[in-house]
Amino acid sequence: MIGGLFIYNHKGEVLISRVYRDDIGFFHVKRSNIWLAAVTKQNVNAAMVFEFLYKMCDVMAAYFGKISEENIKNNFVLIYELLDEILDFGYPQNSETGALKTFITQQGIKSQHQTKEEQSQITSQVTGQIGWRREGIKYRRNELFLDVLESVNLLMSPQGQVLSAHVSGRVVMKSYLSGMPECKFGMNDKIVIEKQGKGTADETSKSGKQSIAIDDCTFHQCVRLSKFDSERSISFIPPDGEFELMRYRTTKDIILPFRVIPLVREVGRTKLEVKVVIKSNFKPSLLAQKIEVRIPTPLNTSGVQVICMKGKAKYKASENAIVWEIKRMAGMKESQISAEIELLPTNDKKKWARPPISMNFEVPFAPSGLKVRYLKVFEPKLNYSDHDVIRWVRYIGRSGI
Amino acid sequence: MTDSKYFTTTKKGEIFELKAELNSDKKEKKKEAVKKVIASMTVGKDVSALFPDVVNCMQTDNLELKKLVYLYLMNYAKSQPDMAIMAVNTFVKDCEDPNPLIRALAVRTMGCIRVDKITEYLCEPLRKCLKDEDPYVRKTAAVCVAKLHDINAQLVEDQGFLDTLKDLISDSNPMVVANAVAALSEIAESHPSSNLLDLNPQSINKLLTALNECTEWGQIFILDCLADYAPKDDREAQSICERVTPRLSHANSAVVLSAVKVLMKFMEMLSKDLDYYSTLLKKLAPPLVTLLSAEPELQYVALRNINLIVQKRPEILKHEMKVFFVKYNDPIYVKLEKLDIMIRLASQANIAQVLAELKEYATEVDVDFVRKAVRAIGRCAIKVEQSAERCVSTLLDLIQTKVSYVVQEAVVVIKDIFRKYPNKYESVIATLCENLDSLDEPEARAAMTWIVGEYAERIDNADELLEGFLEGFHDESTQVQLQLLTAIVKLFLKKPTETQGLVQQVLSLATQDSDNPDLRDRGYIYWRLLSTDPVAAKEVVLAEKPLISEETDLIEPTLLDELICYIGTLASVYHKPPSAFVEGGRGVVLKSLPPRTASSESTESPETTPAGVPTGEQPDAIPAQGDLLGDLLNLDLGPPASGPPLPASSVQMAAVDLLGGGLDSLIGGPNFAAPPAAAAPANVGAAMGSGLSDLFDLTSGVGTLSGSYVAPKAVWLPAMKAKGLEISGTFTRQVGSISMDLQLTNKALQVMTDFAIQFNRNSFGLAPAAPLQIHAPLSPNQTVEISLPLSTVGSVMKMEPLNNLQVAVKNNIDVFYFSTLYPLHILFVEDGKMDRQMFLATWKDIPSENEAQFQIRDCPLSADAASGRLQSSNIFTVARRNVEGQDMLYQSLKLTNGIWVLAELRVQPGNPSFTLSLKCRAPEVSRHVYQAYETILKN
Repeated sequence: MIGGLFIYNHKGEVLISRVYRDDIGFFHVKRSNIWLAAVTKQNVNAAMVFEFLYKMCDVMAAYFGKISEENIKNNFVLIYELLDEILDFGYPQNSETGALKTFITQQGIKSQHQTKEEQSQITSQVTGQIGWRREGIKYRRNELFLDVLESVNLLMSPQGQVLSAHVSGRVVMKSYLSGMPECKFGMNDKIVIEKQGKGTADETSKSGKQSIAIDDCTFHQCVRLSKFDSERSISFIPPDGEFELMRYRTTKDIILPFRVIPLVREVGRTKLEVKVVIKSNFKPSLLAQKIEVRIPTPLNTSGVQVICMKGKAKYKASENAIVWEIKRMAGMKESQISAEIELLPTNDKKKWARPPISMNFEVPFAPSGLKVRYLKVFEPKLNYSDHDVIRWVRYIGRSGI
Repeated sequence: MTDSKYFTTTKKGEIFELKAELNSDKKEKKKEAVKKVIASMTVGKDVSALFPDVVNCMQTDNLELKKLVYLYLMNYAKSQPDMAIMAVNTFVKDCEDPNPLIRALAVRTMGCIRVDKITEYLCEPLRKCLKDEDPYVRKTAAVCVAKLHDINAQLVEDQGFLDTLKDLISDSNPMVVANAVAALSEIAESHPSSNLLDLNPQSINKLLTALNECTEWGQIFILDCLADYAPKDDREAQSICERVTPRLSHANSAVVLSAVKVLMKFMEMLSKDLDYYSTLLKKLAPPLVTLLSAEPELQYVALRNINLIVQKRPEILKHEMKVFFVKYNDPIYVKLEKLDIMIRLASQANIAQVLAELKEYATEVDVDFVRKAVRAIGRCAIKVEQSAERCVSTLLDLIQTKVSYVVQEAVVVIKDIFRKYPNKYESVIATLCENLDSLDEPEARAAMTWIVGEYAERIDNADELLEGFLEGFHDESTQVQLQLLTAIVKLFLKKPTETQGLVQQVLSLATQDSDNPDLRDRGYIYWRLLSTDPVAAKEVVLAEKPLISEETDLIEPTLLDELICYIGTLASVYHKPPSAFVEGGRGVVLKSLPPRTASSESTESPETTPAGVPTGEQPDAIPAQGDLLGDLLNLDLGPPASGPPLPASSVQMAAVDLLGGGLDSLIGGPNFAAPPAAAAPANVGAAMGSGLSDLFDLTSGVGTLSGSYVAPKAVWLPAMKAKGLEISGTFTRQVGSISMDLQLTNKALQVMTDFAIQFNRNSFGLAPAAPLQIHAPLSPNQTVEISLPLSTVGSVMKMEPLNNLQVAVKNNIDVFYFSTLYPLHILFVEDGKMDRQMFLATWKDIPSENEAQFQIRDCPLSADAASGRLQSSNIFTVARRNVEGQDMLYQSLKLTNGIWVLAELRVQPGNPSFTLSLKCRAPEVSRHVYQAYETILKN
């Protein structure tokens, strides 16, 4: 198991150290300027150690925001307290922020004032089956938000051939629901729809065409996995507030929202002409936002002239790239940029890595075609259900990574 | 107010000031002071001087302050053990607190204070907490048992905590179960034989139920523990698999990997014809692919594991090649690993895509990556025959780039391609020769030299080229020198007229001017070969070489099976067994895949260790793979090439003086040393065999009355490792002569003849005293029993382990190697009884650091019976004494090489445990003598 845990700043000074055993051997992850390192000399479960370090980052971020040297120093007492709770003798314990926040607070613990019931509620929650949610949550208005966030990943050969494309999607839920609500989430999963299709032929004809094939998905720990395995239904009691309900990956029939067509011409040894065309490839009624195209330039660039039809473009010498930004762009449109890059003559043999052109965007639909079909809510004790809950669903498609 | 200010106080007299603040009456000030102390402690300042003052703050109802003080205690208690006792009372009191959070905090902290003196006070509170009504306290107490065990294992056993911990596996709360499992698993690692977890279908059922309910971390503990369970049949294995499969959809990668481990392991037991088997295979692929979208560090862990899985069960991911294509912004460690997996997945179906990718990678800028990509192209050529031509032309394109490291890598892989497809792509030699000057790395130079030598007859200026290399002979690295020597000899044999001078020159350089024994030995061999029998030389040096296969870069199968049992752990990331990097032997229990059950047997993998074998002894018995390979290269052996079978004694004589590097030179050179495919698995078999024989020594068998104990025969060389020849055997010692009793069985379809046997040099100079007398040919399915007399006058080289014996057996088909461990008592000579006075003097004379003490457990013999039995194996009782009801036997024995071992054997009537103290001037034999004692006394 984990023998000890350290947090270092970029100079290698120790900010936090907690030693459980006398061990050596390092695992580390980096967040901005901060290194989190776990040490061991046993044959530990390496995947678990890394997962734990990420989780630890999440927990810290949930408590005091950005993980920076300053924040860590400001909260070191809190961090020790958290560590004490989430890692015992190197064994990760309950690390759900929802549960932790019930008894580890930034104002110090007021345990002395807790009643006996409150205490046992805390302990049963921390150790219980539903460790991610506490009892007795009340909202005047029951409300939930579903965000379907997708990122499109595309690998292209230099010849413009698509080598592989996949969408990695996340369904993020923000729940503000009272009591212990039972939820059931449904989407246009091909397997489910085909299964139902056997019973009711009508539905197949209506929605069968739009169903999507999901290659694989993973769920937040609140989802009953055995039920998903047997019935492929997604049922759960959600944590309070924001959490990631599921992650999924699809590779079939992906709508690529844009096409990028680059054209590079070398004029002599000191000049480069670049032309890039982007075409939007979705319904004209929809608007893509925050479009940014990044065209890398050689290291020996001395000057750049750019002309673009739409948006703003700038050469950023420090980043070795031309950055072209477009605020909005409707579907089925086309736009282009051309640039002349002056190069300094060099005899530097070091080759330019020729990084690819990259593009960022946000579109208001799910490129995989995923649709939320329903989210049923039922709370047996407080007895409110579906129609008492206000639901919001949003789709966002983004560029990958 | 933030806490960062505590980090900044570095004034003089700080400790003094803090002391005053800690003793302040004001609570707030106290708390501030403790925070400052902790901050200093964190950055590594020594604040241990404040110990009593900080401990004084412990008695508080402020939980935050209490936690801080506890933190301080955990850090400094070890350096101030006496003062730590001061804190005990508060702990005991806190363990009674009505607030479960405080009870848990107290028991958690107490366990972290690693001071022996405190542990005894810990027992009572811990016992209570293990039975606490609150699950939070119980789960904390469960971990505390593991902590206590780490400090004082005996105490934990004596206090019966292990039983309480076992009971917690049936607890109603899933987290308590998970922590109990984690604690027990860790404790069990240090007691490999104890069967602590005692898993049975009932407890497994409980664990599987808890699996559905506990936290993600708890699921990992339980899955890791499940993986160690051995289901009784394939049906049980399947039902566990069914209940574990849903975990593959968990968001936590570690849960997924641990589930994969359980499935990969139990799949071993399922029949391949089962529908469920193929369903399971299909279910495994998507989650493995999903792991690749995790953060880079986890991706790397996942890729290393996928690398193992692909080797074990290539069918799982055979359609997923594309996901391993390298992305521009992958970190380099991810890129290299993906590349490796791509090659493993390459097949005729996807080779075009793979090659296109690899060619792209070879033009990137990162040197390591480019090199690996070029090498990968060569591996593809060797693996997928249909693609070889395209691979070669791709490599030629790359050579045209004239980028130095690309060219050098290309040369190295083209050499491999030649070895796989001889006489097919020689047209490229001209291009290679053009680039001779740009080769500056030893591996590339050696490869090029080999090519020139091998194809000397087709290269007009081969002699010029080699002469050019020879000019700087002394500046070349060893591998180039060796290669150059071989290449020139080849050239000479092919074009004797023009190259006599050259060969003279290289032979004298190698034999007279070199300090390197390998080079010198090889030089001498060639010299004698060429001078005595040029025809034989031609047959040997220009012999047809075995083709290489792509299997050479695979992980050796037994290691792979072991690593599969460690999926997700560090071992799987290093691709090394835990014993290779875990210190102190903790957690180095050898794990093995379960064997297929009766219903599905006969399909494959008879080589896996049977699950029932007690694994504790195993690591000793199996010599490390690396050593074995290394040693085998030095194995003295006559030419295996055809020709009349030499009388064994003459082979031996020749072997002793000059055949040092004989074997590898016959096969071509250092690059191709360790006759690739054939030799490596043979070693494994040998290691396995010897491990088994050793175990048999200890556990079963009947002794002969007239001499030393004889173990039953064990299989040393399984038929599948030796082209149908199975060898089993044992060692005996009777009236002063040692012999090796062998049983040879022909399980092949052809007749075997021309048997000969050779031993490698070994610790006690064991050598065959007569040739292996098998006169009649051995026809298929025939078995022959033979007793080979051994002498102890052979040449001596210390082996590891000491009693390791490496053997080569030759027949008309091939040469086979295996190694075995001989029991030391065959070396105990008949005149090993020492005079009493002499014994006393010698015992005193040998320094006490040479004394080793051992326990022989479970031996129900009386002192007399033991003495009698030992005597028949030449361990003589010199004197006997009775001290306080114990019998002390003083014994002596002598080894064939004249080493005396003195022993004191303490026997207590009614106690089956004997204590054995050994004194010897060569203490390294003590352990083996002890093993001999055990063997003799228990059989």
